[in-house]
Amino acid sequence: MRLINRHPGGAVALLLGLAPFLVLILIYGAASQQRLAENPNDKLLPGLEQMTSAVNRMAFQEDRRSGDYLMWQDTKASLQRLGIGMGIAASLALVVGLLNGILPLARAGLAPLVSTLSMIPPLAILPILFIVFGLGELSKVMLIVIGTAPIMMRDVAQRVRELPQEQLIKIQTLGANTWQVITRMALPQVLPRLIDAVRLSLGPAWLFLIAAEAIASEEGLGYRIFLVRRYLAMDVIIPYVIWITLLAIVIDQLLRLTNRRLFPWYNAGGH
Amino acid sequence: MSFITVNRLWKEYGSTIVLENLNLEVEQGEFCTLVGASGCGKSTFLKMLLGQEGPTRGELALEGEEFPGEPDRNRGIVFQRYSVFPHLTVRQNVLMGLELEQKPFLGKLFGQARRQALEKVDAMIESVGLAHATDKWPHELSGGMQQRLAIAQSFIMRPRVLLLDEPFGALDPGIRGDMHELILKLWRETGTTIFMVTHDLQEGFYLGTRLLVFDKVRNDPQQPEAYGATITYDLPIGETNGQLYDSIESSVSKTARNLSA
Ligand SMILES: Nc1ncnc2c1ncn2[C@@H]1O[C@H](COP(=O)(O)OP(=O)(O)OP(=O)(O)O)[C@@H](O)[C@H]1O
Ligand SMILES: [Mg+2]
Repeated sequence: MRLINRHPGGAVALLLGLAPFLVLILIYGAASQQRLAENPNDKLLPGLEQMTSAVNRMAFQEDRRSGDYLMWQDTKASLQRLGIGMGIAASLALVVGLLNGILPLARAGLAPLVSTLSMIPPLAILPILFIVFGLGELSKVMLIVIGTAPIMMRDVAQRVRELPQEQLIKIQTLGANTWQVITRMALPQVLPRLIDAVRLSLGPAWLFLIAAEAIASEEGLGYRIFLVRRYLAMDVIIPYVIWITLLAIVIDQLLRLTNRRLFPWYNAGGH
Repeated sequence: MSFITVNRLWKEYGSTIVLENLNLEVEQGEFCTLVGASGCGKSTFLKMLLGQEGPTRGELALEGEEFPGEPDRNRGIVFQRYSVFPHLTVRQNVLMGLELEQKPFLGKLFGQARRQALEKVDAMIESVGLAHATDKWPHELSGGMQQRLAIAQSFIMRPRVLLLDEPFGALDPGIRGDMHELILKLWRETGTTIFMVTHDLQEGFYLGTRLLVFDKVRNDPQQPEAYGATITYDLPIGETNGQLYDSIESSVSKTARNLSA
């Protein structure tokens, strides 16, 4: 049988999926053990023991100086920035994208601007944001908004324009005015696509968040990683990275499930 | 004055002449079927009746008034595909038009008004034979059922003119027969004026009250876009015969070969 026609069964697929992770863990474990055997104080490749104790210290014991549980505090700060940033970006993307997608007049006025904005490398304007909005929360949220909104706007507009022309004509023959065309045809069909766009933008959003936190912040996951880097504290950095990855996966899956739940027609191929 | 008047109508896209010198008078309640070679401008003619396209020259009038320049609730349409809204169930799809009409801002009906509208909706769904599928999504329906839904969605608005662009083109012959009965029944009940494009000359010959054949009279093999199509036959249904059928058939397929060459 041709290779392209050979599909793995459920159990095999699961094993194949897990195998690379196991291999990576094993390689890391072996390398770490070797280094630790040579030098028990080695910081570069901490073992499981060092990492659990670091997590224990960061997440389940009060910080001696501030009395906070640092990891939770960092998580809360970062998620809050991410949530507000993505919330604003998605709302903007929805409004601008819908208008651009459906109103030729809006498109003529806004599309060139949106395209240009989406070409600006967001990190290049981070200094401007710091200067304009100060070093507080606002500049970090703004970086996420500016970094993700223009691309999502374009995406939403594109999705609206991909709706079959026939539908647009049809709803007009049912007597819809422009407002009704937007609210009853375009908006409901574009919402699940917006959620998909948010899922795709979460990667860049994390990037901008961590970059902003690394440069100017007092708390946050990115801040912590870059802070402890000075002490070569790989035992903190690695668990933090794993934690961020887990958070990203959970958020992504939650969005996917939301999409399934709210829009049964979308995932069943009804578009 | 007739219901629809087409007077020396031309349609060109750039240097391509699609339709030339169309003349036609249609009375209210007529059921016209349009046949013709692929690419000769039948859909373009429907688009002009719908207001999606304007004429290049000539006159197109509804009760003496120029046709509105954009689609409205008086002129319904059923396309070959993509005519129903994928994000609404069967019932919501049919309800949509009534909601849009009664609630310009919200676009949704509630309470008593909704119940009343739903009575109408359910009766319409019943009459197109979709009663068992009321709460299904369009993607759960077969092609024929989707077309029934599109027809119900249009008919519930009681449009003055209904345009059908190869509505049954994708259906197998058995189901087509059912659909013919359905459309004839709704036509008799509502008295709507119908224009239906079909590729099936047989269908055109027996359905409705009037057959319009779109064809090119002149053809320049070097420059196929130099001449447009016009109405070559305008026949009342019932006064047709086999000989005529054959001659239309051969003329249309000759044009089709020229157009695709
Ligand atoms: N927007 C447009 N711009 C340029 N040419 C167009 C446009 N729309 C249609 N045409 C041309 O007009 C001609 C008629 O097209 P139309 O879709 O009306 O044909 P039709 O008779 O409906 O064909 P079919 O039976 O295949 O549906 C075609 O040659 C097509 O290329
Ligand atoms: Mg056509």
